[in-house]
Amino acid sequence: MDFLFNEYILSMIVYCGVNIILAVSLNLVNGFTGQFSIGHAGFMAIGAYLSAYLGMNFHTPFILNTILGGLASAAAGYAVGLPSLRLKGDYLAIVTLGFGEIIRVVLLNIDAVGGARGMYGIPKDGGFFWTYGWAVATIFIISQLMRSTHGRAFLAVREDEIAAEAMGINTTKYKVRAFVISSFFAGIAGALFAHYLCYLNPSSFGFMKSIDVVVMVVLGGMGSITGSVIAACIITLLPEALRPLQEITKIDFRMVIYSLTLIILMLTRPKGLFGNLELSDLWKKYVKRHS
Amino acid sequence: MLKVDKLKVCYGNIDALKDISFEVKKGEIISLIGANGAGKSTTLRAISGLLRPKSGDIFFENKSIKALPPHEIVRLGLLQSPEGRGIFANLTVLENLEMGAYTRKDSKELIKKDMEHVFALFPRVKERLKQVAGTLSGGEQQMLAMSRALMGKPKLLLLDEPSLGLAPQIVETIFNIIKKINSEGVTILLVEQNAAQALKISHRAYVIETGNVVMTGLGSELLVSPKVREAYLGG
Repeated sequence: MDFLFNEYILSMIVYCGVNIILAVSLNLVNGFTGQFSIGHAGFMAIGAYLSAYLGMNFHTPFILNTILGGLASAAAGYAVGLPSLRLKGDYLAIVTLGFGEIIRVVLLNIDAVGGARGMYGIPKDGGFFWTYGWAVATIFIISQLMRSTHGRAFLAVREDEIAAEAMGINTTKYKVRAFVISSFFAGIAGALFAHYLCYLNPSSFGFMKSIDVVVMVVLGGMGSITGSVIAACIITLLPEALRPLQEITKIDFRMVIYSLTLIILMLTRPKGLFGNLELSDLWKKYVKRHS
Repeated sequence: MLKVDKLKVCYGNIDALKDISFEVKKGEIISLIGANGAGKSTTLRAISGLLRPKSGDIFFENKSIKALPPHEIVRLGLLQSPEGRGIFANLTVLENLEMGAYTRKDSKELIKKDMEHVFALFPRVKERLKQVAGTLSGGEQQMLAMSRALMGKPKLLLLDEPSLGLAPQIVETIFNIIKKINSEGVTILLVEQNAAQALKISHRAYVIETGNVVMTGLGSELLVSPKVREAYLGG
């Protein structure tokens, strides 16, 4: 792809892909299962650091590092999820928020991964094809999952927990399951990010990163994979697209416009860009209207 | 089939149920009647495992289910159609019904056959199959909640206030259907504020007051009992 775009544009496209994986995976927890997690950056950090560490010190193949990173995040997701998913709503949000911060502070204090200096010289392996390969895999797996009986169980937990239990669904098990799958893909996203940027710093995985991903999910529409994909692209590209404006006016309006755009979008489309609809639903509607 | 023995349930420090004992035999319709706050719904929720009793025991087919989590109780064939209906409002009617069959390992054809059977009981549900469940009327939602519970092939069906907030005409329909479900071999435990209607279709009934069973008898007996008439049937 390098011959098509310059380095800057390519990097933006790759970050879009990473954010697509993050948003779609968080949508499984926040959108489909109706829980509220704001610690996605923590899981991303685990995958990123483990994968980078393996690549630098053991020279293991990239695909293996990525998957191990994902599995480590999934394990962390299980460890955090099992006790905390018995909590509801705000309490879960606080636990996940705390977890994200713990990961960041721990990384900040481990010298083997560079601590606050960050981690340099990570082998450059990721790129357009890896990132979008994983992004497609994420979208495919999660959309197939949502079509299965398991998918219905996730939705049932979101709709009415008591009724779901009365139907014989082990609600805690399904919440943990959503959390583990979601963390796995967050870890993958982290690994792709680490091996593309070749530099990691704990501050990349702070609270704001988690919030960014939540914003993507909410903006796209809770429970819409299409929405998450498009919102991930908007949130990644919008601040960059506004950069020329700064050069013209010499004042940094970027964040003002960015926030205003979010506010206007949420006022005009309170359920997110797509609500809980997918591209396929919209296509069906379109065909119906024009036939 | 179901035996509740000296059941005591607390919400924090408050005793919701003090001492509840009753029995449901196979093939019966049993009603629990009583005023608001008497502990009827609490009893059902304790049986389904949604609440943990403080003391006492619950036996289903001679096995204690007191310590089982809700999803395992459902697996035994004890299903509840919760109060306020608890349908999955953003899923379609069909998806709601499929969720009802969630615990079953039966083949798709068999489940489809059962669905047809449920449609025979509730033709209205079939008409609305593709509609999002939250857009149904109250009566239709109640029908859907009952259909959904039936999709789980219950041996014992717990119905919590099926007539709540429904037009009198629909209440009549719902009670007729309950009778019909029972005649097809499903044992029913019914909790109702609409005591008159409930007693009419029940084999036996228990009157609950402030967490205790205060009276019991045949449905037809209680219906004419002066005490029940005065307290629950409006004289």
